Amino acid sequence: MLSVKDLHAAVDGKEIIKGLTLDVPAGEVHAIMGPNGAGKSTLSYVLTGRDGYEVTAGSATLDGEDLLALAPDERAARGVFLSFQYPLEIPGVPALTFLRTALNAQKKARGEDEVAAPAFLKLAREKAAALKIDFEMLKRPLNVGFSGGEKKRMEILQMAVLSPRFLILDETDSGLDIDALKIVADGVNALRAPTRAMLVITHYQRLLDYIKPDRVHVLAGGRIVASGGPELAHELERDGYDKYARAA
Amino acid sequence: MNLAAAIRDRDPSELPGKRDEDWRWTDLHGLIRAVPEASAPVDPRGVGQGPFEHLVQASHLIANGRNDAQIGIAAGAEATMALRLVSRGSGSHTTRVEVSVAAGGRLTLLESYEGDEGGYVGHASLAIDLGDGASLERIVLAADGAEGVSVSEAEVRLGAHADYAQTVLAGGARRQRIETRVAHPGGGAKLRLDGVYLLSGKRHSDQTTIVTHQGTDGVTSQMTKGVVRDQARGVFQGRIVVAQGADRADARMEHHALILSDRAEVDAKPELEIYADDVACSHGNTVGALDEDALFYARQRGMPDATARALLTEAFIGQVIDRIGHEGAREVARLWAADRLRVG
Repeated sequence: MLSVKDLHAAVDGKEIIKGLTLDVPAGEVHAIMGPNGAGKSTLSYVLTGRDGYEVTAGSATLDGEDLLALAPDERAARGVFLSFQYPLEIPGVPALTFLRTALNAQKKARGEDEVAAPAFLKLAREKAAALKIDFEMLKRPLNVGFSGGEKKRMEILQMAVLSPRFLILDETDSGLDIDALKIVADGVNALRAPTRAMLVITHYQRLLDYIKPDRVHVLAGGRIVASGGPELAHELERDGYDKYARAA
Repeated sequence: MNLAAAIRDRDPSELPGKRDEDWRWTDLHGLIRAVPEASAPVDPRGVGQGPFEHLVQASHLIANGRNDAQIGIAAGAEATMALRLVSRGSGSHTTRVEVSVAAGGRLTLLESYEGDEGGYVGHASLAIDLGDGASLERIVLAADGAEGVSVSEAEVRLGAHADYAQTVLAGGARRQRIETRVAHPGGGAKLRLDGVYLLSGKRHSDQTTIVTHQGTDGVTSQMTKGVVRDQARGVFQGRIVVAQGADRADARMEHHALILSDRAEVDAKPELEIYADDVACSHGNTVGALDEDALFYARQRGMPDATARALLTEAFIGQVIDRIGHEGAREVARLWAADRLRVG
């Protein structure tokens, strides 16, 4: 699935990712943990192709295809989805309109038939119900005036509707109370499949009690400095990042 | 300076221009060396259908300023009417339209400026009078030709508890100006003045409003949004005057513009002149580009760059169009905007 090799990336000429190597096979969930400023969000933006995040060396491929050569929307059409740490407010665009435009743009890029309005509404209604999102909310401009928790749930709803193959969750637990966290985690777990993979970026171990990772990596100083099983997350929760921050 | 007089007398020295503070960004004096001769008559059968005619029972047509018009709504009566001001060729013309809505009457006025590719100089002066408790929604679709010069000036007088709502949709011209002056009596009278300008090529459009709050407790809400590209130029001048004694006025003015190319220009002058006490007046004015974060967000969800830009731009303008009360006119406005935003 995702294969990142010796990746270097800079923002405003300053190197943030410094030789990162990572493999996430299909069917697995990998967690990336690390202290603030380790490059966690930078990694998510580099993988999704945000302007201003310049790759200076290394490679990132999805099923062998060079991701770095693709525009952000082309990566999305290949199935890369980023759940944003801070989802954007889009004034004037109802959530349903935004989501349907996105879904049909992806389908068009893949040479698939577009989804007609009735079928789309049925799909959105189903997914919203599963995430306990009031359908009326989807008629409002996307994320405008939504609480932090509502915005995160909207991210998961978009993920459920767009049905991506490679999911990046950037600090999805921040701003969520425990009930909302369970709903979000259920939504994410429902998407676990042998054909999908996930990268769960988080500062805290809490989220990983609900979304159980197959592997945990520690990102510090722009590199993966340690990898292990789920127990590594507990160790980090207990001992903190100091040891790794020094190693970086 | 008076454009009507300049056209009538064919005297360019009477054209407004740079020396007039309110006209410095729409300098007709500097532009027009000689006022063209009077426009030729136009056969009304040859002008086709207007943009709003499918929505109305009655339509007034003024072609090349040949006839003046009176539109009157009796007390308590209700109507939806189209007013078409059509310019053809390269002459000059001026017209005067009187609109009156008597006490308790309701009028939806769907006004269109329709130009061809000629270098005409057209002028319209409207006197709009609302009686006590009367209401008027005026939608102005200014669809002039790229070579035309078109100026519309409206003088609006509101009775007590009158309700006046206006939305100007401007596509620009060689020079285009839509000016609205409102005498606001305060009290229960309500005023909404909105505008949209979508400009490309070398088009220019100027929306100027002057609202004078003359009585206490007046409410005014203004929202204008523009999108300019290529070498186009948008002008917004909004002045709200709260006269002495017009206490507790509540006036909100917003103007926001997107500039989509390096050579496009927006000039904005929001002004509040307050001579009364205890007022709640504000203005917000922004001129910039599309939000890069929102663009990336939309693209990460799978929208190609052009789709994402079109969606965000339509949404930006949609916030003004959504305020149009008349459903049919709102749809015309939406299609007009979508059509123009897809260009380029």
